[in-house]
Amino acid sequence: MTTGTRRARIAVHKFSSCDGCQLAFLNLGEPLLALAETVDILHFAEAGPVDEEAEVDIAFVEGSVATSQDAARLRGIRQRSRFLVTIGACATAGGIQALRNLHDADEWVSGVYAQPEHIDLLADSSPIAETVKVDLELWGCPVSGEQVLAATTAMLAGHLPRVDHSAVCMECKRQQAVCVMVAQGRPCMGPVTSTGCGAICPRFQRDCYACYGPAVQANVSTLATHLADTGMPAGEIARRLLFINGHAEPFRGEGLDWQARVIQRSGRREEEQG
Amino acid sequence: MSRTTRTGEIHVPILARVEGEGALDIRIEAGRIETLKLRIFEPPRLFEKLLEGRSTQDVIDSVARICGICPVAYQMSAVAAIESILGVTPTPWVEAMRRVMYCGEWLQSHSLHIHLLAAPDFLGYNSAPAMARDHPDEVRRGLRLQGLGNEIIRTFGGRSVHPVGLCPGGFFHAPDAATIETLRERLAQGLEEARDLIAWTAGLPLPEDDQDFVSVSLRHPRDYPITAGRIVSDRGLDLDPADFAQRFREFQVPHSTALHAQLDGHPYLVGPLARLNNNLDRLPAGLRQLLDDCGVSFPSRNMFHSIVARAVEIHVAMAEALRLTEDYDPAAEPRVEVPVRGGVGVGCTEAPRGILWHRYALDGEARVAEARIVPPTSQNQARMEEDLVTSLTRFGLARDDDALRLHGEMVIRNYDPCISCATHFLDFHFLRK
Repeated sequence: MTTGTRRARIAVHKFSSCDGCQLAFLNLGEPLLALAETVDILHFAEAGPVDEEAEVDIAFVEGSVATSQDAARLRGIRQRSRFLVTIGACATAGGIQALRNLHDADEWVSGVYAQPEHIDLLADSSPIAETVKVDLELWGCPVSGEQVLAATTAMLAGHLPRVDHSAVCMECKRQQAVCVMVAQGRPCMGPVTSTGCGAICPRFQRDCYACYGPAVQANVSTLATHLADTGMPAGEIARRLLFINGHAEPFRGEGLDWQARVIQRSGRREEEQG
Repeated sequence: MSRTTRTGEIHVPILARVEGEGALDIRIEAGRIETLKLRIFEPPRLFEKLLEGRSTQDVIDSVARICGICPVAYQMSAVAAIESILGVTPTPWVEAMRRVMYCGEWLQSHSLHIHLLAAPDFLGYNSAPAMARDHPDEVRRGLRLQGLGNEIIRTFGGRSVHPVGLCPGGFFHAPDAATIETLRERLAQGLEEARDLIAWTAGLPLPEDDQDFVSVSLRHPRDYPITAGRIVSDRGLDLDPADFAQRFREFQVPHSTALHAQLDGHPYLVGPLARLNNNLDRLPAGLRQLLDDCGVSFPSRNMFHSIVARAVEIHVAMAEALRLTEDYDPAAEPRVEVPVRGGVGVGCTEAPRGILWHRYALDGEARVAEARIVPPTSQNQARMEEDLVTSLTRFGLARDDDALRLHGEMVIRNYDPCISCATHFLDFHFLRK
């Protein structure tokens, strides 16, 4: 990163999210203090500095676009930032809250709030990249602290990092974890999910639930067919795909296909929720 | 502008050093606060609706996403409710290990709050990195304790944010003895630091600000309450969590996307200070003595003592984790089989910020028909607004805007609000005419 003689300037912004990806910074421990000494963190509300209007070299954005104010705010951030990096499933894929995109959001708001007219909420929760250009996407729910730190270091050194989006299966092999699909018959999403988490679910004797988003060249339809062949109902297959990263392709398209099969098969809307 | 007839507005646009997005609007008329609104504008994510139709495991995985700082609390309240519906009683090993995992979250969350969010105020800094330049040992101690909390959660859940280890009936995976042994060594070393932390927080320049409020928490026949108990108050409440809705009511206010709550029509406090106030007799004798000697008197009516309460609970969490892992033996079966059936059930546990109540209705295939989640920060909103009026008035409304802004933020930070949770930067508007 060419900044002349001044220190690089960083901002961390939050949109609609749980805050877990910002914690990737706050959980760093000692490296956080070291980072704060090498760069100027101009805006990071949870850590203290507040200056949303600041011009920065790298803006990290957590959270999805969810309200009528978000798009304008985001465009302002994009204008004032040399590089914009999205961190986590909400920013890269709309988050678990994007499940409302598949339903009647107004009805959902009324289901929670007695006076929905006071609530500013768009019908769709959308990823940051649907509103502004994004320079680097770090997927995951939550994003990995190592990945964020590595990306920061790489960008400060002047290059974009290479992010591995091969399937979780690769990580299981690297970690010599026994395949839970083969050995236990668990409905693991690993074959179609991007690595990055360290394959924790298989290592903890459970199936992956795709929190890191689609792997590169994910063969979702074959995996879904395999799950159906093992006896999993269509609705359950749809729910596996339409989950935390359900708004991202190919999960979304395939998930909606399987959801449609439920309705077709039953001839009536026996399963309305995804 | 006359001192006695100050009139105007103060705004804090983005609340700093709290989790989530909030603002504060204050209007002063003739030297008195006319209106005060804690505006929560964190966009709603509508969890209670998106859970409908999903499986019990999906519930556990989903509710973690309500909060990045307290995902374990959400998972624990959820699994308690689910297991009560399914008629599952966790084994003693599972109960103990869940309590250990929860202790990890208390340790992580409280340490993060004390060092990164709250302490800078009391020592005159804007942020922890700034504070670290002059107080490196204390900040690093805090980061170590926070890291240890994260390590405990990772041990049982694979990662500290949105852990993956919990399921109805127990855990997917039992950590091996060697891993627990390493953890225990770090906990034992850290206990001395936890003692020092209590003394350090008690010695901070904490403002005097006694107020009248109701402390609400869980209470357990034997233990300091974390994972289970009845809901009690220091005014005689003693309630089965199943009856929560009889006495506690949630309602919407126009200026907040987080629902407010009242107990019998009044604001109330949940969280570390409320818990400690109600459960001093559940502290181990040595810790009770340490607390009695620290110079801050409990039970306390001063919200600024919350930082000390958190330090005490850090010690509680570490000591409990050590106690429960003594003679650790990884369970051969870390979980029991669970039946598929429907019904209604509640789960109420003590999140770091206070009681977290879940209620689910499951259909015959054990999928969610209805979900209701009441987070601690929502419950504290009314109390926060009440506190702000009293505290700022006492502080002196004639003081300049910046001083009032900072004091307002410090009052709010006492509550360690978790705004992303509360909503399914303190924008401080201080109206002066």
